[in-house]
Amino acid sequence: MSQLLPVLVLAVFVIIFGVALLWISSLISEKGRPDAVKGESYECGLPSDTSGSTKISIKFYLTAILFILFDIEIIFMYPWALTYGDFIANGFGLYILGAMSFFLAIFIFGLFWEVKSKALEWE
Amino acid sequence: MGTDAFEVGVNFAKMVAIFLMMVQIVPLLVWVERRGSAYIQNRFGPNRVGPLGLMQLLADAIKFLTKEEFIPERGYPFLFYLAPVVAMIPAALAFGAIPLSMPVNVEAFSMLGQHWGPYVFKFQSYEIGIGIVFVLGISSLAAFGVLLAGYGSNNKYALYGALRACAQTISYELAMGLAIVGVILLFNTFSFSEIVTAQSAPLNFAFLGHKVEWSVLPNWGIFYQPLGAVILFSAMFAEANRLPFDLPEAEGELVAGYHTEYAGFKFNMFFIGEYGHMLVASALMVIFYFGGYTVYPWLTPETAPKIMAPIAGLMGWSTTSTAVSLLGALLLHVVFLTKIVFFLWIFIWVRWTLPRFRYDQLMDLGWRKMLPWALLNTVVTAVIILVMRHPWGG
Repeated sequence: MSQLLPVLVLAVFVIIFGVALLWISSLISEKGRPDAVKGESYECGLPSDTSGSTKISIKFYLTAILFILFDIEIIFMYPWALTYGDFIANGFGLYILGAMSFFLAIFIFGLFWEVKSKALEWE
Repeated sequence: MGTDAFEVGVNFAKMVAIFLMMVQIVPLLVWVERRGSAYIQNRFGPNRVGPLGLMQLLADAIKFLTKEEFIPERGYPFLFYLAPVVAMIPAALAFGAIPLSMPVNVEAFSMLGQHWGPYVFKFQSYEIGIGIVFVLGISSLAAFGVLLAGYGSNNKYALYGALRACAQTISYELAMGLAIVGVILLFNTFSFSEIVTAQSAPLNFAFLGHKVEWSVLPNWGIFYQPLGAVILFSAMFAEANRLPFDLPEAEGELVAGYHTEYAGFKFNMFFIGEYGHMLVASALMVIFYFGGYTVYPWLTPETAPKIMAPIAGLMGWSTTSTAVSLLGALLLHVVFLTKIVFFLWIFIWVRWTLPRFRYDQLMDLGWRKMLPWALLNTVVTAVIILVMRHPWGG
């Protein structure tokens, strides 16, 4: 906790800094008159062809799901990498590499299967 | 944050100073970018305001502050205002965890009728034991600022830009995370300062259980992990949304991407976030592969105070260990900044040299090329380390 307290303090400071800047700039900035055309969302000068909230089909959800799986697998490799040197020094290097290669085999098979099943195709 | 008022005060001041340093580097980088791009494209660039056009930075800041306040009618005001503030946080927090120089030792002294110290001040906002994991985790939060901007503007270009930025960030994070595994395998630590300390030595490694030392080269990570360095640096370009990976703000397709509706200082804050990200990326490259704030054998935490001791004497300062330690730390800080500036220039250089990828090429490169190569890098590194470091017969 004491290690993370400064992080929290800095985060609060950055937020205060940002809000203060926005406030100052709103104080001294030129006051414009609201205008129906000016307030429109920018679509290259043409009248907006959408109304209400913008709806876009998100095609990246598959990518996002795959990302979560792979990212978790990679995070599992961090502690392995951290303790790898100690295991080798104590003569258990082959054991820990073998255990990890089983894990990596699943990882590589997953990636291979993903490519084969055309999950990683973009138009 | 500290045990007494002096330590807490210094730590807080240090934190604010490092954050402001990051914010101040942004206008300078914008100037370098504009002058550099002009140089590359055989133009002049901004050269009218002040010497070399340097006062342009100030003029820009004033212009940003006085711009008219604007919220798109269909946008969501709270999210619209929140996004630029959120965009600054990840870069600032990540930069705070990076050691910028060696620690400063302050001897015990008396002030205001009280005895203080001794202290050791780290040359960074805060040191976190799992520094690498912290920086990785925090910098992936950068996607939130972008998504909030895209959603809060309620503009189709902004939303497309934000979605693309998010997809790209998460795709390249895999290759980035895997490239860093190679570094951790090599140094067996999560702490930045330990990695730097390990690199401030002659090139040494175990060869089939024997110690080998080559004193001609420093023990930099680049000599062990060249492929990892290339993968990490390329992935950093994608993470910072820089050309050739700047699909989120491809002008020809999406106007300006997620900050289409932003003007004035809000726009500037996105820049602080983006350039802050570049700064963190360069700092990580320097720490992982190029010796951090040391250049063995000339500039290391051992030699820097010795170099600076005569200078402290010349300046008429007492040559106590506090002054010498501070000057030594500043010297190493200049070394670190020099290395960072080199990588920042590469960022700018590449931006004005290479064309942009197409979207499918971008995702292909991330998932089907860089991820397998990073995986190969990890496996090969692990096997070589096992063969080399295994206590054969011992």
